[in-house]
Amino acid sequence: MELSIIFLPLIASIISGFFGRYIGDRNSEIVTSALVSISALLSIHVLYQVIVNQYEENIVIATWISSGSLDVNWSMLIDPLSAVMLVVVTSVSALVHIYSIGYMSHDPHKPRFMAYLSLFTFAMLMLVTSDNFIQLFFGWEGVGLCSYFLIGFWFKKESANAAAIKAFVVNRVGDFGFALGIFLIFYLFGTVNYSEVFQQIPTVVDKNLFFLGFEVNAIDLVCFLLFIGAMGKSAQILLHTWLPDAMEGPTPVSALIHAATMVTAGVFLVVRCSPIYEYSPLVLNFITIVGMTTAFFAATVALVQTDIKKIIAYSTCSQLGYMFFAAGVGAYNVAMFHLFTHAFFKALLFLGSGSVIHAFKDEQNINNMGGVWKKLPYTYALMIIGTLALTGFPFLSGFYSKDAIIEFAYLKGNTTGYYAAGIGIITAFLTSIYSWRLIFKTFHGEYNNKEIKIEETHESPLVMLVPLFVLSIGAVFAGFLFKGLFIGHGENLFWAESIKFLEPLSTEHPPLWFLLLTPCLVLLSIPIAYYFFVKNKELPNSIASMNKPLYNFLVNKWYFDELYDVLFIKSSKKLGLFLWKFCDGTIIDGFGPDGISSFIKKCSIKATKFQSGFIYQYAFVMLLGFSALLTFLIVK
Amino acid sequence: MNFPILSSLILLPTVGALFLFFTKDKEGNNSTAKYVALFSTIVNFLISIYLWISFDQSTSNFQFVEDRTWIEGFINYKVGVDGISILFIILTTFITPLCIISVNNSVKNRLRDFLIAILIMESFMIGVFCALDLVVFYLFFEAGLIPMFLIIGIWGGPKRVYSAFKFFLYTLLGSVLMLVAIISIYWISGTTDVIQLYELGIDAKYQNLLWLAFFSSFAVKTPMWPVHTWLPDAHVEAPTAGSVLLAAILLKMAGYGFIRFSLGLFPFASEVFTPLIYTLSVIAIIFTSFIALMQEDMKKLIAYSSVAHMGFVTLGIFTLQQQGIEGSIIQMISHGLVSAALFLCVGVVYDRMHSRMINSYGGIVAIIPKYSILFMLFTLAALGLPGTSGFIGEFLILMGAFKDNFLVAVIASLGVILGAAYMLWLYKRVVFGKLVNEDLKKMFDLNRSEYLILSCLAVPTLLFGFYPDPLINTIEVSVTDLINMHNTNIASK
Repeated sequence: MELSIIFLPLIASIISGFFGRYIGDRNSEIVTSALVSISALLSIHVLYQVIVNQYEENIVIATWISSGSLDVNWSMLIDPLSAVMLVVVTSVSALVHIYSIGYMSHDPHKPRFMAYLSLFTFAMLMLVTSDNFIQLFFGWEGVGLCSYFLIGFWFKKESANAAAIKAFVVNRVGDFGFALGIFLIFYLFGTVNYSEVFQQIPTVVDKNLFFLGFEVNAIDLVCFLLFIGAMGKSAQILLHTWLPDAMEGPTPVSALIHAATMVTAGVFLVVRCSPIYEYSPLVLNFITIVGMTTAFFAATVALVQTDIKKIIAYSTCSQLGYMFFAAGVGAYNVAMFHLFTHAFFKALLFLGSGSVIHAFKDEQNINNMGGVWKKLPYTYALMIIGTLALTGFPFLSGFYSKDAIIEFAYLKGNTTGYYAAGIGIITAFLTSIYSWRLIFKTFHGEYNNKEIKIEETHESPLVMLVPLFVLSIGAVFAGFLFKGLFIGHGENLFWAESIKFLEPLSTEHPPLWFLLLTPCLVLLSIPIAYYFFVKNKELPNSIASMNKPLYNFLVNKWYFDELYDVLFIKSSKKLGLFLWKFCDGTIIDGFGPDGISSFIKKCSIKATKFQSGFIYQYAFVMLLGFSALLTFLIVK
Repeated sequence: MNFPILSSLILLPTVGALFLFFTKDKEGNNSTAKYVALFSTIVNFLISIYLWISFDQSTSNFQFVEDRTWIEGFINYKVGVDGISILFIILTTFITPLCIISVNNSVKNRLRDFLIAILIMESFMIGVFCALDLVVFYLFFEAGLIPMFLIIGIWGGPKRVYSAFKFFLYTLLGSVLMLVAIISIYWISGTTDVIQLYELGIDAKYQNLLWLAFFSSFAVKTPMWPVHTWLPDAHVEAPTAGSVLLAAILLKMAGYGFIRFSLGLFPFASEVFTPLIYTLSVIAIIFTSFIALMQEDMKKLIAYSSVAHMGFVTLGIFTLQQQGIEGSIIQMISHGLVSAALFLCVGVVYDRMHSRMINSYGGIVAIIPKYSILFMLFTLAALGLPGTSGFIGEFLILMGAFKDNFLVAVIASLGVILGAAYMLWLYKRVVFGKLVNEDLKKMFDLNRSEYLILSCLAVPTLLFGFYPDPLINTIEVSVTDLINMHNTNIASK
């Protein structure tokens, strides 16, 4: 039964991908949605078993690689951590499958799309249920591949193709670190299985290595390298540039891959490796800093973007930053909790924005929307729920998870902790502002679209609204219902061995003023945003024109793309040309084969000059030779 | 002595070639010639599969050994296989029939002669992989170049003479030195029998020079940086089947030679020169990846990527780690399948549009979907995606390298990023995007034989990606014993 959770999506993908042409669009959609839904139900059952019966199992499916001392199995590990991920992945995936039936109804390549979605689900499940690092890597690259396919799904669009390649290659940069981390783990422990590695960690705590001329602690290095992989996949600052561009893909893809599941794989990796990370305070601090920087950076950029999907993409980036700094302060369970709630409300927001885009016939610029809340009542209401949950409105899911992150950062009690908590609060305020900006500009104010008449905008069909509705239930109640289970105090029964705390988390509470600060800011931000983006619309523009450099800096996303273009892309091309034309062409060929042959040619041309055919020349040379010989003999 | 199975493997293609030689061409109808060639190579493939099945994986001793006196007291015709060589034999017998099926469209004139060249070459290649006498090895090794030389020189593109000449000039240099080394080994040890040489060992003081002489030959054929520039030119001018044979099998002779002879015969020298190999391999991986990024000709791009992939191979071999060497062997097999498939993919569109330039394509996915899917699969295998054979090889090599030297492994891993960049960019420019060139609309999708060939290559690429056990089990014991032998030799000094 457990295995069918993983393999049903694969079967769905094969059916739809290879036989979609024969069974037709509608059947492909039904088959894939049904099989993934079954898989989701089974996952919920497994999670239930884990919660109630402390069910744990490590199923070995087959051997994969066994070379010398390296033994890797295809396996399925079920423990609390993977059970939670199973539910997140399969349930969001099932809903996105169903939603896509409506969203992609005008697309000619439906079976292919559904096949990719199912294949992605399979790869993601392989990732989360692995019991070793190499199968994890398989899933890791597998989801990257599906993401590549889906971003570039509309293959005629030049920008979509570019974004797809960018996503894959930037992720490869992260994977480079990740792979090195795996090599180092194998070097240190002689195995890549989680349980064996985690067992041996305490024995190498004080081991130092000479790595590229530096002496570093082995554990620190492992943690750092693995985290580079996590940064790539979870779009953390420096390796984040692919995520906004990934919005070129169809919106259901953005909801599933670039919000709820794949991008959280990095967080999952850090939490899964908590038995290693706990021994590396240095890298944990680094993670906190990267996390909060990303959270802040992405929120500032989201403030000024005009593409509805890019705003939500930067928001995702920012929320992932929150999860990382939760993990960085050692609150892995809180990171997982936020991952869990975030999956619901962010998928809801993305699918909701998909519904808006659908209504406006593929318009994504929020400046060309507005005033349609009466026309799209359900979408509007559901988007409001998603926004409230995201911003951490009291008693919705984001309230529990995000505020818990800020609290735990505060309770950490060191400089990075306080700093992170401060940035966390500021970012929460910014989050609220940009989220409401999106809502107000999309649904309120005047109708600004010149191409479509307001009468032509229409509410989405039921097949799209029902998944939204289900997600909104999650967005409202997931925090309240699962708070005790995920981040409850006490013995921490639920996570059992799957998350390791070297020292138990603090059970104190921060002062009351601190607890109230974030919710107050969040509440306050709604009228502020209303004033700025509905009442007095000229104000944001005049602020922007007053601070032109800052505004440009934000609009251009802190100029990361431009910087990378100069640093990496252009210079790689130049280097490639140089190595090709100059090194290979001029130097190697010039002195090698071409040089030798032209040298021999020259010599032989010279040599032919001796054969002039004139007797007197020959006679002269003979005479010279003869006299030289004679001289030699006489002198000797 | 049992049935001489190895000799029959070597001879059967030649017999087929003789048949072809003595049959008359009917005007414009070459199908008989093709069937004869196909028949003999397929039978050969089946024999090699039988060989694999009856091969005993639990020992590293040479099996199916045949030993005949050739020149009394000097050279014996001695052949045999162990776990390492058997895979290369199967690769050869597997690729050759596919090549023969593929010549349908690409070779227009003198098809019969072309087939003869391919068949003779198969004989020589198999000979290389099972020769157990240095002189026999040398003969096969060098003779194998002659058919390739002819294939490029006769059936090649417009600049074929230049390419064939460059190819020849490079390989000649190495060959001469290797011959001198083999003669010296005979003078030093009194035998050229590989098994005896393994037992006797060669005096440490001669090893460095001998190693360098062998290296000069193998490095050219691998090809290693900086003696690689013949490869792109040779590939560009060679007809598709020629490129396939060159990339899939010919390049593997050198990698095999490194394992069998450089490591096996000269353990001390191998230790001495490991830094040299590391440096050249890493340069090959990084430099040629950057060069591949900028190529405008599809075949050149794949040729440069071959140099990078072979850089991984040489790196893995000299890590002298179980994972490194096994990874190298798997990488060679995988590269044999994948590069063959990629060259065939280029051949498919070349046959239709007569252009190898990347910018003359674009947006063909909707026109030829089957082709696009298979091409995508091989692109992914070339960039080492987990689940394809390319991953197993690369990952094991890097794992082995990391055990031996951090720096080398880190730099070589960068090649993995670049590999993704140039392969995906190639694929995007050829297959995706807007359809600009209107002529492309007339293209038809894979015909049956093309579909068959590419599927035949796709199956093992995926199979060994998910389940590499058949490969690893075959080589495991031989590689372990090779490393043990090396370590005992080093320790005994």
